[in-house]
Amino acid sequence: MIARLSAGLLAAALLVTGCGGNEQKASTSTNKVGLITKTETNPFFVKMKEGAQQAAKTSGLELMTAAGKFDGDNASQLTAIENMVAAGVKGILITPNDTKAIVPAIKKARDAGVVVIALDTPTDPQDATDALFATDNLKAGELIGQYAKGAMAGKTAKIATLDLAPGITVGQLRHDGFLKGFGIANGDPSIACSQDTRGDQSKGQEAMENCLQKAPDINLVYTINEPAALGAYTALKAKGREKEVLIVSVDGGCTGVKAVKSGQIAATSQQYPLKMAEDGVKAVADFAKGGAKPKGYIDTGVTLITDKAVPGVESKDTTFGLANCWG
Amino acid sequence: MAVMEATLPRRIITTPTAGPLAALVLACVFFAVNSDQFLTGGNFSLIIQQVMVVGTLAIGQTLIILTAGIDLSNGAIMAFGGIVMTKLAVGSGLPPLLAVAAGLAVCAAFGLANGLLVTRISLPPFIVTLGMLNVVFALTHIYSGDQTVTDLPNALTFLGQTFRVGGTNVTYGSLLTILLFLLFAYLLGYTAWGRHVYALGNSQEVARLTGIRTQRLTIGVYTVAGLVYGIAALLLVSRTGVGDPQAGQTDNLDSITAVVLGGTSLFGGRGLVLGTLIGALIVGVFRNGLQLMGVPSIYQTLITGILVILAVAVDQLSRRRTR
Repeated sequence: MIARLSAGLLAAALLVTGCGGNEQKASTSTNKVGLITKTETNPFFVKMKEGAQQAAKTSGLELMTAAGKFDGDNASQLTAIENMVAAGVKGILITPNDTKAIVPAIKKARDAGVVVIALDTPTDPQDATDALFATDNLKAGELIGQYAKGAMAGKTAKIATLDLAPGITVGQLRHDGFLKGFGIANGDPSIACSQDTRGDQSKGQEAMENCLQKAPDINLVYTINEPAALGAYTALKAKGREKEVLIVSVDGGCTGVKAVKSGQIAATSQQYPLKMAEDGVKAVADFAKGGAKPKGYIDTGVTLITDKAVPGVESKDTTFGLANCWG
Repeated sequence: MAVMEATLPRRIITTPTAGPLAALVLACVFFAVNSDQFLTGGNFSLIIQQVMVVGTLAIGQTLIILTAGIDLSNGAIMAFGGIVMTKLAVGSGLPPLLAVAAGLAVCAAFGLANGLLVTRISLPPFIVTLGMLNVVFALTHIYSGDQTVTDLPNALTFLGQTFRVGGTNVTYGSLLTILLFLLFAYLLGYTAWGRHVYALGNSQEVARLTGIRTQRLTIGVYTVAGLVYGIAALLLVSRTGVGDPQAGQTDNLDSITAVVLGGTSLFGGRGLVLGTLIGALIVGVFRNGLQLMGVPSIYQTLITGILVILAVAVDQLSRRRTR
C-alpha cells in the first residue's frame, strides 16, 4: 500500500514539473549549453537567465540551468557542473560563488572538452576559465568618479565611500575606479569616511548614519550598488540633508534607475547581465558549430545613467536606463 | 486466507524502507526512460559521489534521530573539520595524516560537547545543536579568515581519486561511504549497542529501567556522530579539492531530509541506516535526472519538499496502523 501510495505521489511530483510526457525525452542531437548562477532569486541572475534563454532559442541550443542554494554555495555549483558535463553540454556559463574553490571542477569540465565561460565574476586565477564576459568594474567606478567631479564643480568635496566587503575584487575595482575618475588617491583627506555595506540596504543605511555621526558635512557619497545608495539616502533624509548631498552608484537595476529618475541617486553606472549571458551562449553556439573557443576577457559594456548630465562626461538619460535595466 | 491478506500489507508497513526503495526504483525507471544519459555506470558513480558527503553526515544524523534527538549543527561541524584539516596540512607544515586526525578529533569533540549539553544539563537537542550551529559557523569563519584553502597535499584528496570497476571509474570516497553505511547497519542491527540505541529512542525511561546507562549512551551517540561528521569533512575536502569555509550551510537540513526520506521516524526508535542511504540516493537521483532532462534546479527543491512531506505522512499513517 505504501509502495503504491509512494508511486502515485511520485508520479504526481513528476507531473508538477511538467515533464511527464515522452516528447521531452532529452535528445543527444541538439547541442546543449549550461548556465550556473550564484542563486536563483537575485534579479541580476534572473535577467542573466532571460538573456541565456533568448540566445539559446535563436542559436538552436538547449539551455540547462542550475544555481547555488545561497550566496557562497560552492557544492551545488560543483554538482551542477558534473551533471551538465554528464548531460553532454558543449559549454558552461558560470558566475562562481567561490572564485577559488570552483577551479578544480572547472578544470575537469574543460579536460572533458567543455568550454567554460565565467560571467560577471572572474575565477581566481582568471585563466581557469576559457573566457570571462563581464563588466569592466574599474571603468564603472571611473565614470561615476568623473561625473561627481563635474557635478561638484569646484565645491570642496567631503566624501563617504560605502564599500562592499574586504578582499572582494569587484568592490575594490569600483572603489578604486571612483577615486581615479574623481582624481584622488586612497587616503586623500577629502575622504571623510569609508564603511563596508555588503551591498545591503539596511547595512548601507547604518553605515551612512555612522559616517554622518563622524563627519556631518559629507556632501558626496560613493556607493557600491543601488541598495546601499538607497540606504544612504534614507539616512541622509532623516538628517534633512538629502538635497545637498550627491549620491553616485553602480549597477543599473530597475529600482536603482527609478531612484536616479526621482533624484535620490544622482548617477549610476549601468551593467548588462542579459548581454553577458547572451554573448556567452552565442560564443558556445559558435564553438559547437566548429568555431574557435572564446578567449580572455570580453567587456560587456557599462553606461553612465543620469538625468543631469555634466559636460565632458558621456551619459544616457533614465529613459534609456529604464529600457535596459534589470530586476 | 484472510489472515494472509492481513499480514502482507502489515509486513510492508512495518518495513519502513519498502516505500523509499520503491520510490527510488521508480525514479530510476522514470529517468532511464526520459534521458539517454541516465542509465550508465559513469552516471551512477557520479550520483554516489554527489550524495556521499550529505549521506555520511546523515549516518550521524540517523544515530541521533534514532535516540529521538536531532542535530542542526552537523554541516557546520563538518565545515570546521574541513578547514582544520586543510589549514593544518597546508599552513602549519603538520604531516597531512596528523592534520586529518586533528580534524576528526575536533569534529568528535563538538559531538561530545553536544552530547554533554543534552544529557548533563538536560537541554533539548534542537536548542543545543541550534546554538552549536552558530558557534561552529562563526569559529569556522574566524579561524579561516574567510579564505578558501587551496593546494592541498595528496593525502587529503586521495579519497577523490578513482579506481576502475568493470569499465566505470569509482572514487575511493564512494567506497568508504558504502562501507560506513554497512558498518553502522551492522552496529545498529546486530550488536547490544545498537539495540540499546533503539530502546533509548523508544522510551528513555523504559531504557533506563532495563539497566541501560542512558546518559552515557546518549553522549556516546553524539560523539560517534561527531566523528562521522569528521569523515564527511574529509570526503568533502577530497571531492572539492579545497578547504571551503562556506561549505555545508544547508547540509543539516539536507541530512535530515535523507533520514526522513529513508523512512526513519523523527520520533525516534524506528528506522534503518540503510534507509538513509536510499533517502540520500533519492535526492541525488532526482537532482541528477532532472538536470539531465534539462529541468531547472528549483524544481528539484520542489520535488524534494513534496517527497519529505510524503515520507513523514507515510510514517504517521503506519504508526496509526500498528498501534
